[in-house]
Amino acid sequence: MVVKTLTGNYAVAYAVKLARVNVVSAYPITPQTTIVEKLSEMIEKGELNARMIRVESEHSALAAVYGAASAGARAFTATSSHGLLYMHEVVWWAAGSRIPLVMAVVTRAIGPPWNIHVDHQDILDQRDSGWIIAVAQENQEVLDLTLQAFKISEDPRVYLPMMVGLDGFILSHTTAPVDIPDQELVDSWLPPRRQPYIIAPESEVVMGNIAPDEDHFMMRYSMAASMEAAKKVIEEVDKEYGEIFGRSYGGLVECYKCEDAEYFVVIMGSWAGDAKKAVDTLREQNIPVGVVRIRFVRPWPREKLLEILSGAKGVLVFDRAVSMGSTGILFSEVAQTLYPLNISLKGLVAGLAGVDVGPSRIEAEILKFIKQAEEGAIYTPTEWILPEKYAGRYPSSPKEVIAK
Amino acid sequence: MTVNIKRIPKKKFLMPGNAACPGCPETMGMRYLKMALGDNFVMVIPAGCSSVIQGIAPRSGIYAPILNIVFAAGASAAAGMKAGFESIGRKDVEVVVWAGDGGTGDIGFQALSGAAERDDDILYICVDNEAYMNTGIQRSSLTPYGAWTTTTWTGKREHKKNIPLIMIAHGVKYVATASVGYPTDFIAKVKKASQIRGFKYIHLLAPCPVGWRFDPALTGEIGQLAVKTGLFPLYEYENGKFQLSPLARRYKDPSNRVPVVEYLKLQGRYKHLINKPEEIKKIEEYIESIWYMIDVLEKAFNPKEEARKLLGSL
Repeated sequence: MVVKTLTGNYAVAYAVKLARVNVVSAYPITPQTTIVEKLSEMIEKGELNARMIRVESEHSALAAVYGAASAGARAFTATSSHGLLYMHEVVWWAAGSRIPLVMAVVTRAIGPPWNIHVDHQDILDQRDSGWIIAVAQENQEVLDLTLQAFKISEDPRVYLPMMVGLDGFILSHTTAPVDIPDQELVDSWLPPRRQPYIIAPESEVVMGNIAPDEDHFMMRYSMAASMEAAKKVIEEVDKEYGEIFGRSYGGLVECYKCEDAEYFVVIMGSWAGDAKKAVDTLREQNIPVGVVRIRFVRPWPREKLLEILSGAKGVLVFDRAVSMGSTGILFSEVAQTLYPLNISLKGLVAGLAGVDVGPSRIEAEILKFIKQAEEGAIYTPTEWILPEKYAGRYPSSPKEVIAK
Repeated sequence: MTVNIKRIPKKKFLMPGNAACPGCPETMGMRYLKMALGDNFVMVIPAGCSSVIQGIAPRSGIYAPILNIVFAAGASAAAGMKAGFESIGRKDVEVVVWAGDGGTGDIGFQALSGAAERDDDILYICVDNEAYMNTGIQRSSLTPYGAWTTTTWTGKREHKKNIPLIMIAHGVKYVATASVGYPTDFIAKVKKASQIRGFKYIHLLAPCPVGWRFDPALTGEIGQLAVKTGLFPLYEYENGKFQLSPLARRYKDPSNRVPVVEYLKLQGRYKHLINKPEEIKKIEEYIESIWYMIDVLEKAFNPKEEARKLLGSL
């Protein structure tokens, strides 16, 4: 075990090295670039025995690692924002092929206008594709999740690719102490590459030619079943990782001060840290509030959320991504999950394009929500926390803009 | 490299009942490919006619392991496969891309150019039927001047994009043109390419009875006429050396060429211009420009002193 001060991006690179990846391919995009730079350095110095394919686009990056993985290699890529959107077609193709793969997504806003700062629009745009999707809160978790991603993705009960999200700049370019596990320990824990088939001269496998509609349909069905199975695998891997490496995160979701909480914040990514800080302050005032941090968006932790939130008085969802014409993306997921419960529910869209929302603002929003809920059950799907520069000049609900 | 027909494997590469149209040049080409390479290869097929020709899963009408891949990713998926095989100690597996003209010269061109520039060790074969045949005969950048397609009803106004020349400009290890009308020439080129490490490109002309509007019995003959009229010269570029293929050399002399009208009149796609001398003249001028280019290439990529002088004066 070695503790190093690492950026989130370097934490990814160290995890990829520990997983003894065979092939890496990627295309530069801010703020992902230093992952690939570090991996190139590791490969050129001989610290990682892998092939690096320096492709001409993200579409090719994912196609290349997909090709490598189809041949039987453990493969990795990383991207962000527009790069991820450019890959989108191959994202679907890889998942539908049931080929285990791991990709780091350094989450970033989508243009126009150009913006390189964090939000979750890019990674959540992939949520229907069939990839396992996890998002980390801090750099240690980035390393642990990336390493776990290989085990989860290559588990025969899963056989789906997995993306690990880390917030652009907040994690990708900020250093923190990260415990790097011993290689021998990782080797004894992470089995050699497993996958459903390989395409090789002796295998006689043909992947992807036209199938009858009914078979195509059933392949979708089997992916849905594997997503359900993945929930168990994710919990198992989190638990055994904790036993071997000393860190567990709660599996699909992390609960912070949930035990006696009556009100809950649902949030994902690095700003969950701010939410925890806000909750600490409110707890000092004996306000019973907790944080449910979504670690896995896919598979969606429906059962776990129902279990945690079944006794709640109200749930406040913070979204760093919005489905235009509807609500925040996590909100709609939470709302459909909590449909059987008669509790107050509110969705806040905030922090797009990296606009800062600190602990004090989160604290104020929680207090406001509790006050509204205590006056009578509320259901408010969308309010926006506007940037300070514009707050007061525009209504917090886009609906009211038309009314004006 | 000469090919002895007696030594060509007799194993059937395509099953009866594959989903190709009658007279399909792609199935001809695939048979020749297998005859040249034997068993130790995998195919990467981006979207196109060959995606369909395989037939319906879970079966396949082609005796080869195939990775089907999205339209724009033929070269990049193949580059990844090759790296994947190498990384797990299987350096001998040949990875072959089998892509149409759209998957090569249009939507797949970026990935192709990237793999060529990186000198990835793959064999890329463009099966050029000169339009988007699989979706119903729409023009591509490789559709020739004057040809009718379902998106150029009065004939395409632009000339064919010269992909082999662009690949030579990438400085890759091997570039060749071939036609399904000359099987042994194509087989010899595939065999030679498979002996070379690095990026190899073969441009296979594949006359399509459905899209070009001709009798399905004439696929081979039209493939030969394209060469005999001088419209599609057969050549090889290898490690900085350029040479016309032996059977195409005589067409350097215009007097040996078959008049292009003989080629055009067999194809319904040229029906609207066959009686327009000014349109025929344009195609004849195009043939001249192609041979002028061949002349330049022969001089530029020639080991002799003369070539060095020519390059020095440029």
